This record gives sequence, C-alpha cells and structure tokens, in this order.
Amino acid sequence: MSVAPGQALHAEWTKFRTVAGPAWLLAGVIALTVAAGAAADCAAQCSSAACGLDPAKVSFTGVYLGQAVVAVAGVLAVGNEYSTGMVTLSLTAMPGRLTWLFAKAAVLTGPVLIASALAAAGSALAGRLILPGHGFTSAHGYASLTAAADYRAAFGPALYLTLIALLSLGVAAAVRDSAAAIGLVLGAAYLFPLAAAVISNVPVSRHLQQIGPLPAGLDAQTTIGLQNLPLTPWQGLGVVALWAAGALLVGALALKFRDV
Amino acid sequence: MTPERESFWHLVHAEWTKFRTVRGWVLAVLLTVVAIPAFTFLATDVSGGCTQSSGGHATACPAPPLGPGDEPVSDAFYFAHQAVTGDGTITAQVTSLTGEVPAVPAGQAADGPGGQPWFKAGIIIKENTSQGSAYAAMMVTGAHGVRMQWDYVNDTPGLAGDVSAATPRWLRLVRDGGTITGYDSADGTHWTPAGTAALPGLTSTVQAGLFAAAPPGGDSTTDTGVFRHVGLSWPATGWTGTNVGGTGPNGVPLPGSLRQSGGTITVTGSGDISPAVGNTGSVDSLQRALTGTFFGLIPLIVVAAMSITAEYRRGLIRVSLTAAPRRGRLLAAKVVVIGAVGFAAGLVAATLALAVGTPLLRRISIPLWPASLPTEARMVAGTGTLLAVAAVLALAIGIIVRRSAPAIAAVIVVIFVPYLLALGPLQGANGQAPLWPLQITPAAALSVQQAIPEFYQVIVVYRPNAGFYPLAPWAGLAVECAWAAAALALAYYLLRRRDA
Repeated sequence: MSVAPGQALHAEWTKFRTVAGPAWLLAGVIALTVAAGAAADCAAQCSSAACGLDPAKVSFTGVYLGQAVVAVAGVLAVGNEYSTGMVTLSLTAMPGRLTWLFAKAAVLTGPVLIASALAAAGSALAGRLILPGHGFTSAHGYASLTAAADYRAAFGPALYLTLIALLSLGVAAAVRDSAAAIGLVLGAAYLFPLAAAVISNVPVSRHLQQIGPLPAGLDAQTTIGLQNLPLTPWQGLGVVALWAAGALLVGALALKFRDV
Repeated sequence: MTPERESFWHLVHAEWTKFRTVRGWVLAVLLTVVAIPAFTFLATDVSGGCTQSSGGHATACPAPPLGPGDEPVSDAFYFAHQAVTGDGTITAQVTSLTGEVPAVPAGQAADGPGGQPWFKAGIIIKENTSQGSAYAAMMVTGAHGVRMQWDYVNDTPGLAGDVSAATPRWLRLVRDGGTITGYDSADGTHWTPAGTAALPGLTSTVQAGLFAAAPPGGDSTTDTGVFRHVGLSWPATGWTGTNVGGTGPNGVPLPGSLRQSGGTITVTGSGDISPAVGNTGSVDSLQRALTGTFFGLIPLIVVAAMSITAEYRRGLIRVSLTAAPRRGRLLAAKVVVIGAVGFAAGLVAATLALAVGTPLLRRISIPLWPASLPTEARMVAGTGTLLAVAAVLALAIGIIVRRSAPAIAAVIVVIFVPYLLALGPLQGANGQAPLWPLQITPAAALSVQQAIPEFYQVIVVYRPNAGFYPLAPWAGLAVECAWAAAALALAYYLLRRRDA
C-alpha cells in the first residue's frame, strides 16, 4: 500500500487543523512579535541624524521572541507524534517515511508563512505609526518606510521565522524528543550572537555572526550600514535556509535509517 | 504508611533517585558542568586583536599602566610640579576651569555635551611623574564641584557648585607621612576637610604641584585651569612642566602647557587620571571566564523542565501524587533536588572556569582587573545560585504549562533575549543600548558575575558584554529569585487546584 503525496498532505493537514495547539502557537507568534516590536519602537529614541539606529531592525525586534514560539510550533509538529506514540500509527498508515516528514513540513510551512508575514506586516505597521514620533523623521535622514530595502527588510523576518519552523521540525525528527529539540534549536538561535558579542577575537566573532542563524537572519532585516554587515541580507537568509535544509536532511536520514 | 516513609527527606530521596537514574539527565548536567569551563578557552582568546578596532580592522591596544592596587589605570595629564621632601602643605586658589573641545565632524556623534562634566584641574601630590604612581589630588571639575581623588579609584565630593572668578575655590593638601588630607574653602580662611587618603609606602620625596586633565574626549580635548595664590610650605624650587604619560606620535594626547604671569599660573592638559574601565579595550574582566554560563544553562533548563514534564507525559505524576498526597511537599522535594543539582553544577563549573580562565586571561596582553578573593567567591557561589534558581524557574514553569517544549522555550527566552536586547537592535551609534531588560528579567542575575566595578567618575559606555551590569550583584540575583518565587507560587496553586 502506498500513499499518494496528496493524500499524505491531506492527512497531515487534518491532524494540524483539528488540534488547538498550532493555531494558538501561531497566534502567539503574531502577538508576541508585534507586541515586542511595538515595545521596542516605544523604547527607541533617535535624537540626532547620527543616532545610528536602524528603524527596520528596531521594528522587527519582536523576531527575537517570535522565533521561540515558532520553534515550539515546529518542534511540536513532530515531537507530539513521538510523545503520544502516534508516530507508530502514522508510519503504519504511511510507510513512506519521507513522504510523511515532507508532508508535515509542507503542512507546517503554509500556516507558519502566513503567520510570519502577518507578524512582519504588523511590526512594520507599528514601526511606521510609532517611530516617526521618536525622532525617526526625514530631518534625521529617515525617509518613509517604502524604499526597496524596507520591503526586503519586511520579507526578512517573514522568511526567517518560516525557516526556523522548518529547522525545528528537522531537529525534532532527528532527536525524537521535544525537550531536547527545543533546547538545541534555541541554543543554535541564541548562543551564536551571544558568543559573538562576548568574544574578543574579532575574526572569530565575525565568523560566528556569519554562521549563526539568528545574526544571519537579522542581516536580512537591516536597512542601514549594509556595507558593515558580516553578510549581505540575502546571503544571511541563505545561511538560515542552509540551516533549515541541513536539519531537514538530518531528520530525514535519521527517520529513514532507524527504527521509529 | 509509616511516619518514616512520609518524612520529607524520604520524599527528597525518592525524587533524587528518580533524577539520577535517568541517564540522559545526568549526561545533560555533566554537559552543563563541562560547557561552562570549555567556553572559557574561546572567551579568553584575543589573538585576533583587542576589542579596539578601526575601519573594521583590529588594532593592537597599548597596555595601560597599573596603579598601586595593580588595577589598570589611565594616567596621562599635564603636571606643573616641583620635588618636595617630608611633610608639608600645598594650597592654591582656582579661579577658572575652561574646556577646549574640538568641533565634532559632521555626521559623527558627539561624546555627549562636550564631554565636560569631569574636566578636572587642581593640586596634586604624586609619588613621581611615572604613570601609575600613588597620588592624592584636590580638584575642581566641570560639573561635579570640588572633588578629592586618590590612587585612581577613590573619589569623594567637596564643595558643590561650579568654579568662576566670582566663586573661586581654594584647595589644600596636607601631607603627614603616608596620609594626605584634602581641604577646600570658598574664601581661603574657613577650611573644610574633604577626605583623607592613606598612601602607604609613599616615598619621602614626592612631586607636588598643579595639574589639568580633560576626560573623556579621546585625548583630543584639553582643559585649562587658572590658579592664583599658590603656596607651598616646602622650600620652593620653581615649576617644571611635564606631560605625564608623554604625548603620542601625532601629538595625541595633545601636549599641555604651563604659563606663569605675575601671581597667576595657567595649566592646560588633556587625558585623565582614573581607573581604565569601560569598553576601551584596555582592561578585561574576570567575568569573561564565566561567559560559558549561557551554554551551561541550556542543558540544565531542559533537564529541569523535563524532570516534571516527563512525569506528566508518562502519567507518572499520578503515581507520585498517590505516594505523596500532600502536593506542596512533593513540589518542595522536587525544588530541593533540582535546585541542589543546579547549584552543585554551577559551583563546580564556575570553580573550574575560574581556575582555567584566570591564567588564560593573565597571559593575554590586555590587563585583568584584579578580583579579590571575596569577589571570586561571590562569582562562584553566585553562578551556582544563578543556575539553581534558573532550574527551579524551569521546574515551576514546567508545572504551569505541563509541556516540555513551551516551558523550556519560555525559560530560555526570559534569560537570553533580555541580554541580547541589551546589546542588540536598540544600540545607538555610541554602542549604548537600553539596559532595563537586564534590570527586570531573570537575566539580571548575571550581575552576580560582575568582576569589575563601574566608576561614575569615568564616563564611558558600560556594556554587559564587557562585564558591566546595571544592577548590584546580589540585587540582580534577587530579581531572578523573585521570578522563580512568583512562578513557584503559581505552580503550587495550580498543582493543588488542578486534577493531575
């Protein structure tokens, strides 16, 4: 018996939409990202033309928090199957294990992408409403947030959050345990920028900023000082995509070559 | 059930058995113990250059001189001095203190309002003119009134208010062996003691005179003090002008000057006499050896949350609660076990990290701010407590949400994200970001690792990644404890109220 990809997708979509968890988590992504971004907008103050603050980076500060929720959603998409023992049932019904994993990834991607886009749009809107009142005015060298760089900066967090969800899903498939998986994902996300900030060795610090998913992803939401970034914005997103692809690959290999 | 089986310590023992028999959890705690000292090797590596960088390239930082307490100091100023021997008194009236700040180039941020509040000029008794020697000084400042400062790290206020021709300030230093007492006066007749400096081992012959220093301004600013009625109780031998610390190849720091006309002496100088702290790349904090704490926290948080969420997942919680029907006692036993595990792991890891890190930090070119034994003990015990409280917080949140992934994510976020925000997106051109995230979140506890003091009389950006935290060590730990206590209270309430 084999299962067509369409059937697999449909089955996974039914699982996804009939439990309350994912919907709440995705609502949490939007709420937390926008709220933290708005709080950062309120805290930011640009008093001169040389204040050096990037309005896009400030607006999308919520990504620091939102990514943790999106990681939980990604981890639980697979982790729940293992913690409830559902996975044996799923893989009995769907013996093509990779079909199962990629159907899960596909089903997760759609809603997460929508939620991430809403989170990014909400953050950008909050920034546009709040930041001009905090010194981010044309007098200080900030044009309205409609330049091409600003649209790219808004794509940045939307794609970044989606890729983090896929990274989490891959890690969870590889380690089969939600707790260990979330520790690994958030460790990868937060430890690179932390280590880069405390290390005095400048070349090593720069390399950590290039290979870490969070600093690389943050490069994609930057609009000023681009020439000083360790990576170009699109390279940054590329690094995050490599992380997600690598995690999915490891998860797929683990799933294929081991007992459930 | 016998009373013995019901005893609290029996319950603790049962929880400990549950914990130590899960191999993955023990391995994770070992990972915590290993990760913290292991990261010390990377954190203390500065082979790529010191933190000073120009145009994206690291430049070698010159090693600053060391003060009498072996602390790295800035000691560059203009000194009009003469050699004096034995006890005696120097007195002077200051009638003006003015600064010369270079215009800030367009598009660059100013260092604040001209960098003037700690401009200083006054009288000083200093062992000799080499950098780092012992001294005591009375001075007028740009915005902080009269101060007495000695041996770089000490500062005490005298008369308030700015100096001007209409409100001159009289300053006096009295040497009595190894003790120098500072006095100030508004009229030259009524003197008030400002402070007493103990300079043990001060040589009999010292240099006494007038000085000017203009911090911060990156050596490119100068200030000028105008002195009248300068009197020495020692036999006068005439003034010599010296740029203490010399001047650099391009005239940086700017050379000072000494002008005498009639009874007026004018001294112009740049630089500063102060502890070398802040993000200048000139001093390192022992805290750097403990930066692996972040790495150690993650496995510990995972294990602490799992120690309860695994019970919910497998239904073991019902067995646990049947065996120990008083739910508060079960919670307390779990807190004791996980807290003790976290504390022991932190204690061992921090001891190892300091043992490894101290020689590594001594080896590199940037001098280490000396940490006393009590400070090191506080760092070690504080790291243990920080980890223990983080583990208890993870346990409490694990009870509240009953699921491992959200619980672990929540605890990691409240500890890591505030630290990143205090460095990250809200950081302005001068590198200063808002520090309130490190005052109100559990991340505040990192202040317990602070190994280098902040000096209000030195204006630099005190950043957390250089080892400076906004709260006092134990206050920061108290903030984390408050979070854990609040989470525990909610966990206790829910544990009692909910069906398991």
